[in-house]
This record gives sequence, C-alpha cells and structure tokens, in this order.
Amino acid sequence: MNDTVRQFRDFFVSLKLTVVLLVLSMGLVFAATLDQVNLGVWAVQAKYFHSLFVLWKIPGTDVPLPVYPGGYLLGGFLLVNLVSAHIYRFKLSGRKSGILLVHAGLILLLVGEFLTGLLQEEYQMALNEGQTKNYSESYRFNELVILDTTDPKFDDVVAVPEALLTTGSTLQHPKLPFRVVTKQYYPNATLSMRSGATGENPTLATAGIGPQITATPLPLTYKQDERNWPVIFVELLGPEGTLGTWLLSPQLPAPQTFDYGGHSWRLALRAERAYKPFSLTLLKFTHDVYLGTDIPKNYSSRLHLTAPDGKEDREVLVYMNNPLRYAGLTFYQASFDPSNDHNTILQVVRNPGWLLPYLSCVMMTLGLVVQFGIHILGFINKRRAVPATPA
Amino acid sequence: MKKAVVIILLLLGLAIVAKSLLPARNPAAFDVVGFSRLPVLVNGRVKPLDTVARSSLLVICGATYNDSSQSSLIFTPDKRQLNPDEWLLDVLFRPAQADTYQVIAVDNPDLLTLLNLRREEGLADRRFSFAQVEKSLAEIDRQARLAEPVEPQVRSAFQKAVVQLQSNIILYERLKESLISSDNQNFLAELFAFQNSLAASVEAVRAKQAGQPFDMAAARKLIENGQRFDQMARIGYLLAVPPVKGEADPNGWRNAGTALLETFQTGQVNPHVLAYAGLGHSWAGGNATDFNNILRLYRDQLVKGFPSALAKCTAEARFNAMKPFNTAMTLYVLAFFVAVVSWLKWPAELGRVAFWLILAAWLIATAGIVTRMWLEGRPPVTNLYSSALFVGFIAVGFCLGLEYFYRNAIGSVAAGVIGFSTLLIAYYLSLGGDTLEMMRAVLDSNFWLATHVVTVVAGYGATFLAGFLALIYIVRGVFTKSLDQPTADALARMVYGIVCFATLFSLIGTVLGGIWADQSWGRFWGWDPKENGALIIVIWNAVILHARWGGLVKQRGLMCLAVVGNIVTAWSWFGVNLLGVGLHSYGFVESTFLWLILFVLSQVAFIALANLPLARWRSFRQP
Repeated sequence: MNDTVRQFRDFFVSLKLTVVLLVLSMGLVFAATLDQVNLGVWAVQAKYFHSLFVLWKIPGTDVPLPVYPGGYLLGGFLLVNLVSAHIYRFKLSGRKSGILLVHAGLILLLVGEFLTGLLQEEYQMALNEGQTKNYSESYRFNELVILDTTDPKFDDVVAVPEALLTTGSTLQHPKLPFRVVTKQYYPNATLSMRSGATGENPTLATAGIGPQITATPLPLTYKQDERNWPVIFVELLGPEGTLGTWLLSPQLPAPQTFDYGGHSWRLALRAERAYKPFSLTLLKFTHDVYLGTDIPKNYSSRLHLTAPDGKEDREVLVYMNNPLRYAGLTFYQASFDPSNDHNTILQVVRNPGWLLPYLSCVMMTLGLVVQFGIHILGFINKRRAVPATPA
Repeated sequence: MKKAVVIILLLLGLAIVAKSLLPARNPAAFDVVGFSRLPVLVNGRVKPLDTVARSSLLVICGATYNDSSQSSLIFTPDKRQLNPDEWLLDVLFRPAQADTYQVIAVDNPDLLTLLNLRREEGLADRRFSFAQVEKSLAEIDRQARLAEPVEPQVRSAFQKAVVQLQSNIILYERLKESLISSDNQNFLAELFAFQNSLAASVEAVRAKQAGQPFDMAAARKLIENGQRFDQMARIGYLLAVPPVKGEADPNGWRNAGTALLETFQTGQVNPHVLAYAGLGHSWAGGNATDFNNILRLYRDQLVKGFPSALAKCTAEARFNAMKPFNTAMTLYVLAFFVAVVSWLKWPAELGRVAFWLILAAWLIATAGIVTRMWLEGRPPVTNLYSSALFVGFIAVGFCLGLEYFYRNAIGSVAAGVIGFSTLLIAYYLSLGGDTLEMMRAVLDSNFWLATHVVTVVAGYGATFLAGFLALIYIVRGVFTKSLDQPTADALARMVYGIVCFATLFSLIGTVLGGIWADQSWGRFWGWDPKENGALIIVIWNAVILHARWGGLVKQRGLMCLAVVGNIVTAWSWFGVNLLGVGLHSYGFVESTFLWLILFVLSQVAFIALANLPLARWRSFRQP
C-alpha cells in the first residue's frame, strides 16, 4: 500500500473525522432550526438538509456561494466514515457487539431517511360531509389543467406543473390545438373584484372572469399556517391568432369554460392532484373539546372506503394517533376547517421506507443496552473486587 | 461534638418534613378547609375549589403572588389577612367586599396612566382592587380590542399588559357570577321565592301569551329571573353542579346559571345550587354554625353520588397545602451545604447526613410527582412544568446512585444544586396557573407520553447531571486544593458513565419521538424545532463519547464538552420554544429568553475557567 492510499484510508476511518462531522452536523441542525423563523420548514429542508452545500447569495446579486456543507454531504461522509471504520477495524467480539449493532442501526436510519427524502409523497384530502373523492391534493404545488370535456363519458386532461409556468414560457401539447403562453406569473397574489373606477391598473385578462378581477402580487409566505396562492395570466394561441387571455388561480372556485374547434374546454389552475384507484366518502366529522375550554380533545372522521373493483366497501374511522393504512398510503387526521364543523382534512402520505426507522430503533436500543450493560457489569465487578476506596 | 452536629442536622431535616405534614387548619370558626375541598369542573378537569382559588390568584395577582411570602398576601382594607380559600369565598359570596381587596396586578406604567392610577395607590406598588380599576373598564376593553389583532409574539409591552389585564378582569367577573347572582343582596331568599311562585308565574306568562288577563308582577318577575339566570349561565366560571347521572357522565357538569334555567323545565330549583346559595348566605351573614352544618350535609349528599371526585379533590387540596416541592427545595439546599462542608471537615459523617437529606428530599419530590400522576391519570411528563420536576427526579436519582457507589459527597452536591434549580424552574413555570392541564388532542396518548416524552426528559436530566459534575470538577480544581488525583479520576469516570446513560436515553427518546410522529403526522422526521433540539443533544453526547474513545480529549477536555452539554440541553428544553414555530411550540415563555442567555454565558465562563493553564489551578500543583 503506498503512502497516499494509506493517508486516504486513515483519513476516512479516523474517529477525528467522526467528531468533526458530528460537530458540523450539529451546527447545521442548529442553523436550520433558527432559520425556520424566516423560511418555514419546507424551504429550510431544501436549503440545509436536501442539499450538498448550504448556499448563500451575495447580497445584491444572484451569485450563490457554498458556505457550509449540506445534509447530503455530511450524511454521506458520515456514512462512508462509519462503514469504512467498521470494515477496517472489524473484529467479531462479544465486547464490541453492542457498538456494532448501534452503528448498523444508525446506517439503516440514515439510509431510510435518505430514501424517505427521495420517495415520500405528502398530499392532503379535504372532504365535506357526504362528499366523495378519488384523489388527494398537494398543499404546496399547483398545476395548470386544460380539460377537453366534449365527450360526456370522459374528460381528456392535460396537466402542467406550476414550476413550468414562468413568465414568458410557451407550451405545446399534441392533444391541444393551441399553444399556451404564460404572459404573467405571480407566485403569490391576492384577488379582489375590480371596481371599474378610473385609475385602476389595466388587467392582462381578456376572457373568462379575469377582466372583472384584479390580482395584486404578494411576497412569498413561509408561515406554517399560510400558503402561497399563485396567479397566472395565460394566453391561448391558435393557428389563426389569439383565443384570449385568462386569469387563473386556485382561489377561483370553479374552472372557466370556452369552446374552440368544435370542442368544449375547461381551464383551471388548481392544487396538484394524485388520483387513487379507490374513493373515500366522509360520513361524519366530530371535533370534541374539553368541557369548559377550547382545548381540542379529539378529532375523528368516519369514512366510507370504496374500490371500483368491488373488493373494498366498508366504513373506517380515522382519529388522532390512529391512521388508516391502505394501498401503501397512510391517511392521518391532520386538521379541519375551523369555519366549518362538517369538514375534515386528511394527510395522505406514501412512504415506502416507513418500516426502516422502527427496525433501526430496535437495533440501536438493543445495542446501547448491551454495550452499557457490559460496562456497568464490569464496573460493579471491579468495585466488588476492591472495597470502596475513601475519596 | 461531631455526633451532636449530626443529630442537630438530622433533626432539622425532620422538622422541615414534619412542618409540611401538618394538616391545614381553619383560620376561624368557619370550615373553610372543608369548603375548599368541594369539587368543581374548570378547564376540563374536576378540581377542588382550593386549586381554583390558588391558580386564579396566581393569574390575577401576577408573578409575585406566593402564599408563603409575607409581602404578597391578600389583605382586606382593614388589614385582616386572608388565605386563598377565604378570598375565593368572598369573591363568590361577598363580591362587594371582595371588590375592595387589592389583588389585580398592574405593572405597566402606561397602563397605570390609562387607568388614572399611581403606583403608590397599589398594594406593594403593583396590586389594585377591582373597585380601583372598575371606572376604566370600558377603556380597558377598547384598548384590548385594539391590541388583540396583533400577533401575541409581536405585541408591545403595553399591548401585552392590557390584554392580560382584560383577561384577568374577565376571569374575576366570571368567578363572581359563578354561584350567586352578584348583584343580589339575598340570593337564597330570592331562590326560595322563585321556587314558591314558579307555578303561578308560569301561569301568568302563559295567560299573557294567550292574550288573556294575567298577573303582571308575577310575569315580570319570572322574566327578570330568567334574564339573571341566563347571565349567570353565560359567564359563570365554575361548573359546580355535578352531572345528574353521577360519575358515569363526565360531560354533565354545568354552572349554577345553567342549572337554574333547567328549573323552568323541572319545576324544582337544583339542590346543589340551593346548597351553595345557603353556604353563601351564611358566609355573608357571618353565621359559622349554619355554614358548617350546610357544608356537612352537602358533603354527605355528594359523597353518595361522587365518591371518587370528592376523594380526589380532598387529596388534591391536601397536596396543595403540603407543598411537597417547597419542602424538597429546602432540604436540597440544606443537603448541599452539608455536603460541601463534608469536603472540608468530617467527610464520612457529614457525607452520610447529606446523603440521607438528599434521599428524603428526593422521596418527597417523588411522592409529589406520583400524586400528580394519580390526580391527572397521566404519565409523569405532560407539560413544561412537569418536565422540570422530572428532570430533577432523574438527575437526583442518578446522584443517589453515584453517592451510593462513591461516597465522596460529589453526588450529594450535584443533587443539591440540580434538585434545587429544577424545582425553582418548576416554581417559575407554575406561575401561569393550574399546572395540571388537559392534553391537546395530538398529545393525548398515554403510551407515547410514557415512552417518548419520559425518555427524552430523562436524557435532559442525565445530560445536565454530566454537565454539573463537570462544573464541580472545574470549580474544585480551579478554586480549591481539594481536587486530588483520585477524586479527579472518580469524577471523570462519573461524567463518562452519566454521558453513556444520557446518550442511551436521548437517542432512544428521539427515535421513539420519530415513531410517534410517524403514527400521528405521517412522517418519521420533519425537522421540527423540538425534534432538532433533541437531535442536537444526541449528536453532542455522541461527540463526547467519540472524542473520548478517539483520545481527542483528556480529563479536562471531557469536562469542557460536558459543560457544553448543559448549553445544548438548555437550548433544546427552553430555547426552541422561544422560536414560536413548529408543532411542538406549546411552552412559550418570554422572560425565559433572558435567563437562557445568562445561563449560556455562565457556562461559557466555566469553560473558559477550565482552560486556564494548570499552573493557575489551585489543585494539581506539584509541591
């Protein structure tokens, strides 16, 4: 083995590296916690943990500078450090069995979290009593949908994620006889009715309900209990010219309709949907508070689960700490609409790696108990052998 | 001499314990103690009136109310001293007198100006009577309405003060309308008259509605009573009337006004309301014999239908009076000094005395924790207050173990400091009112409270203990000559062992928290501030262990790292709550911030001390 390789190996198996990485991780977690006040939990996760480097923009410019190792980098190095140290120093002995188990559990936990970061999907399903839905909706991402509703038996849907709808972008799709041009995109805006008074800013919208509405852009919000409501102005361009410009927002209660080329179309910007091969109906939502207080005691939703293949047709009850696990998805009682007592909001999560933390928890607990148990037994035996020494 | 000192110290400890065991005594002929043990439902929980009195006073009088300190007691205008239960009796039954007692805290100078009051007009410069603030009620309401739309975190000091004052006044006024109608001189006679004339009055109202001739006075009286009861039903604070169906129906408690409105259906005035009106009449009339008789008869009735509520309330009122945590605090202080002295003189004897004192204090505090668990039907940690108690329980428990093995009084000194400080922290956290709160739906899971929360808080306790042992090492080493090599080595082994436990608890606790989150929110880990706080403790303990195993630190380095553990734990325990974001931020306390900063600075100072060159230490100097 030559010197460079040895130095390389010594670096990666050293405990010094472990300590440095751990201290750096602590700094990362601390900074990320503080930054949640400004950025909210989602943006913080993207900036600090799901990244190789924490980037900082030089004030006044858009030039990002890496200023600190990010979660992926630190986690990756820790993993390499851990695995290589164990390979290098591996000796199967009873005295080290606990440590081995703890670290194996830790590896599993890190891998599991990485998988979760990549694979987990989180949606919500809001239901009024009596309402049935076969899809859940994102509470962070929106999509532009254009539906061809000519055939009464089915709708032909073209959906475009919000991320592609930057100002000036053009979209073309084989199913659509027109191009879609985003004339203006506001990531967050509030809507109000136009008063018609002079001096009002002119609107880009020429069709649908848009000409009656003013959209005022707002700064992005990162608060946990608020969401961003984007507004877009899209122009549809056919071969013979413009069909009009529509104002779209998830805040509008219904899609806008128009006819073109002998087809009926619907147009909307709405929360991104994930369709399911089954449907849920809310039968009853209950929300109890403790007597004489506003402190919530329990929320629960009684639902009816139906699958079109006829294999599922039953009632289920979802309440705090008791989710419904079905078809690889988990439905949690997340919230409710405070203005309406007959409405529930379920969190719908797909996390294929959910079992790994449970396994790793068992392994680490066992490992620590074994390891410290060995220490304590040794300590007590030693004290037995030598009678207590006066301090 | 030695023996005498030992005996005196043990007797002193015994006296401290005995004092708290003395049963509560009635200040005069009235059976106030018996009254204070009656059950009512407030804030979702059946509790004795004694707890209502104490927690209401805590809120209304503000942070300085402390019924064991002379300067903050309650006095009538003729300087007669009242205990909390007598105060509550006056508020409930002699509201006009109670309005003259100076109990309402107003600190903010701008608020005082608004109320046209000067500090000197208040008791202890800060407490005013309802009569003094009454004239400004409309203005207080208006200012509170202006302040309320502002988010609590960003309110100015004046806005906070005015919102607090308004809510305190509302609480006070709701208390007054709880059992009798506060604008009525003789409510008992009124109720009897109401009962006797009920049939005739209902007849009169029916006749009026049917357009027939009717008794105008009777009809008007009925409507008047209806309005008065309705007012009591809307604002009455105490749900004092127990369920008709007995203990099987925990949601059947209601206030006196609601029970009185039921009279229009039942035709009978509720006997519980009558009993309270009778108590009120005899209290206001100064008739102790009647008061005690009614109380005795009423309790005899209650015990038939509500034996367990009555038993729990009696126990809780006793618990309130005993103040086990105050007793434990005194014992911890005494033990601390005895243990410190034992390093200088008579190590064996004084060391043993300190050990026994710590053990007694710990057992009393533990009994207090167990009583709270029984009263609440919950695992030990349910809120920030109980977490402070439990941190003390764990840390002192470990100290007792260390002391048992090492017998060098180090465990006792650490136990004295940690036991005292955690109980002091708990005391300050208790100033917000009743500490036995109902659990929000998301936290309402005894299984996870018992596993995740208890292990995480045990991890806090162990990490703090390691840090305090390190402080002892540093202080003894730098300032005294008493840190010889064997003691130093023993301390290093103790710190190392405790850090091992801390790692065990905090790691398991954190992962269990993840599993709970997976169960209730659908994700194992969400980078929520409280989760991050727990994670930081785990990482730091891992840093200490790896640094030691890798030989990166020796004894002094280990101590410095352990002191940093104090900072990390304090941040995780209190700091993250100050951020006011995240699902866990249920324990927002404001002045905590200042204390946190001071604590962190003090720990940094200790680390700096530890890094003085060894030549500057008084111990370890080569002769």
